Amino acid sequence: MDVIIESLPQYWDGFLRTLFLAVVSGIIALVVGTLLAAARVSPVAALRGFSMAYVEVVRNTPLTIAFFFAAVVLPRLGVTFQQFEVAAIIALSAYTAAFIAEAVRSGVNSVPLGQAEAARSIGMTFGQVLSLIILPQALRTVVPPLINILIALVKNSSVAGAFFVLELFGYGKQLANDHGDAVMWVLVGVAFFYLLITVPLGYVAHQVERKVAIAR
Amino acid sequence: MTSVLYDVPGPKARRISLIGSIVGVIVIGGLLALAIVTLAQQGIFQAQRWAIFGQADVWSLLFNGMSATLSAAAIAAVIAFPLGLLVCLMRISDIAWIRVPTRIVLEFLRGMPVVLMMLFVLLVFATSSFVAVVAGLVLYNSAIFAEIIRAGIQSLPKGQREAGLAIGLTSFQSRLSVELPQAIRRMLPSLVAQLVVLLKDTSLGYIVAYGELLRAVQVMADFLGPQFLFPVFFVAAAIYIAINLAVSRLAIWIERRGSKKAAGGVAKAPTAGVSTVVK
Repeated sequence: MDVIIESLPQYWDGFLRTLFLAVVSGIIALVVGTLLAAARVSPVAALRGFSMAYVEVVRNTPLTIAFFFAAVVLPRLGVTFQQFEVAAIIALSAYTAAFIAEAVRSGVNSVPLGQAEAARSIGMTFGQVLSLIILPQALRTVVPPLINILIALVKNSSVAGAFFVLELFGYGKQLANDHGDAVMWVLVGVAFFYLLITVPLGYVAHQVERKVAIAR
Repeated sequence: MTSVLYDVPGPKARRISLIGSIVGVIVIGGLLALAIVTLAQQGIFQAQRWAIFGQADVWSLLFNGMSATLSAAAIAAVIAFPLGLLVCLMRISDIAWIRVPTRIVLEFLRGMPVVLMMLFVLLVFATSSFVAVVAGLVLYNSAIFAEIIRAGIQSLPKGQREAGLAIGLTSFQSRLSVELPQAIRRMLPSLVAQLVVLLKDTSLGYIVAYGELLRAVQVMADFLGPQFLFPVFFVAAAIYIAINLAVSRLAIWIERRGSKKAAGGVAKAPTAGVSTVVK
């Protein structure tokens, strides 16, 4: 138990780095994912095809492989990162964007047909239909799944800890090595800090879900 | 087919769209070409680097890695599913002292990274890395399976349970013989989708030094020399993605099959994205 209090500075540093990775990758992934979803329903065939292929491949790629590529294979090919955080953020946001694109697309599918027809009948272009009519409604309905994806992102950021980034999991491994006699408490401490992020987020998702359910 | 999101393109719009497509293809093709040229400058495409795939040893190592991946995933799935069922029944139990602790444990398991559970089992119980990987996967995925099945049971019409109770089944019998079969059937696509996640998460075994596919790549690169890292990694990644794609396809196929059967029941309201008009 003492180990946790003793190593509180490390935990805090790791906690902040986990939060940083999750927030930055989350924002990038939200933007890229929404763009991918828009491309998926656009009139341009090449965009549709690209978005579909990207989502299909990335969703079926283990995150560990993406990290391995960024942290081990790329340096061998002469692409080095000053900080591994950059590699981690690229891998995490590229991975999460595919899931967000799928969620947003299912949101677009949930908007009633008449909305798009009405928008088009008053002369809106595709861009206007999507950005003014469809997406605002679609995004509202997918807030709970989006939050769940962000929770998964927080948990996935732990993979970065295995590839030279000192976030919560990275510190956890290090502390477990240093305190061989109190490994259990060290890892319980790490778990606690993860729960500190994921449980409140899950609660928010649950509340929003209930609100959306009532509004329908 | 046309989507309701935009008008049927006229000649001008078609031309713009075609030009857009061509430009897009050129841009993506250009980026790919750039990547290939960069790789070629590193000497990636020298025949000798790929010649290792002529050796049986390389394939047997890759095959061992793959079977380690698949066996961990299969064993974890086989244990996690019945466990998930059990946990689900506990989670929706009528008895509060079973329901409430289960709920807390579920929250706890769902909020933690799988790799942390693997590391926990590995270090605290001093097990082999295989046990750690399977245990981590089982803990996490049984929680997810439980939640999926619970969602399935809650999506059933209330009358199902009421009818079960009305004909004299006990609460447990009603769950088991009336609600669960329907819920599992309803949730089959989600359950198979979760199997893909489980399979993908097996690669986390790399982090706890389990000899799965990615670890095999690392071992081979250390053994044969760093110049072979990229070819081996490339092939291993392709194998991983191909397996996952196959299982995902299976999930989609099951979903289609299920929705065809349900088609006689409720008609879905047409919506913006999917609804297409066949010309």
